Amino acid sequence: MTFHYNVDGGYPEMAGRASTKFKSVLKDLGVAPSVIRRVSIAMYEGEINMVIHANGGDIRCEVETDKIRVVLADQGPGIPNLELAMQAGWSTASQEARELGFGAGMGFPNMKKYSDALDVQTEVGVGTTLTLDFLI
Amino acid sequence: MKITEVQEILHAQLVTDLVEDFDVEFGYGCDLMSDVLAFVQHNDILLTGLVNPQVIRTCEVVDIHAIVFVRGKVPAQELIEIATSAGITLLCTEYSLYTSCGLLYQHGLLGEEIGHDFSL
Repeated sequence: MTFHYNVDGGYPEMAGRASTKFKSVLKDLGVAPSVIRRVSIAMYEGEINMVIHANGGDIRCEVETDKIRVVLADQGPGIPNLELAMQAGWSTASQEARELGFGAGMGFPNMKKYSDALDVQTEVGVGTTLTLDFLI
Repeated sequence: MKITEVQEILHAQLVTDLVEDFDVEFGYGCDLMSDVLAFVQHNDILLTGLVNPQVIRTCEVVDIHAIVFVRGKVPAQELIEIATSAGITLLCTEYSLYTSCGLLYQHGLLGEEIGHDFSL
């Protein structure tokens, strides 16, 4: 089963709606709570990043019998230094994002921590695609 | 600790309906939602001075069912509605974050890292 969510970057305060909607879907599908929690947290971090750094994007969620895949694709500025971005505490978030409680440099570390596999494809000026896999 | 006990200890105002009193196991005091996502693992109550919809969404994601807004912060009606639809109970207290956490701790509500003896 595949689910699509469009994330509007114009309203940072609305970020997280896709993640909470997909969380409800997973609950309805009877997925184990521990898996739902990991998917929700990692997807939410990705969604927040998408809003605060890339003015939104699209999320595709695939639910299979043995795994859940979440693909977050944006056409934002891309990540110039991925190695730095993966480090806990590193952030280029705006003051607005920080006022919402984010920008602590925990986005990628959290996505890595809660997923079973994280792939990042990014190109400066073109965009970023994150693929998160979770084993069920 | 029951929500009504939290309310009493913090002289807090309940700003959402409490259909049924429920227990919270641990407390977590924080204004940084990224840290909430990283460290909250159990049935916690969040104490925070940050008042915006992301606080509610963050709690929804990590299954936190109760939030105390400290330092006299009062959520807007829109935020109360988001919390209500997410099944999250909101309280407000005049106490600071430090004092609020201290009072709850004094009454037996531990931080989860102590309750679970994580390596510190």
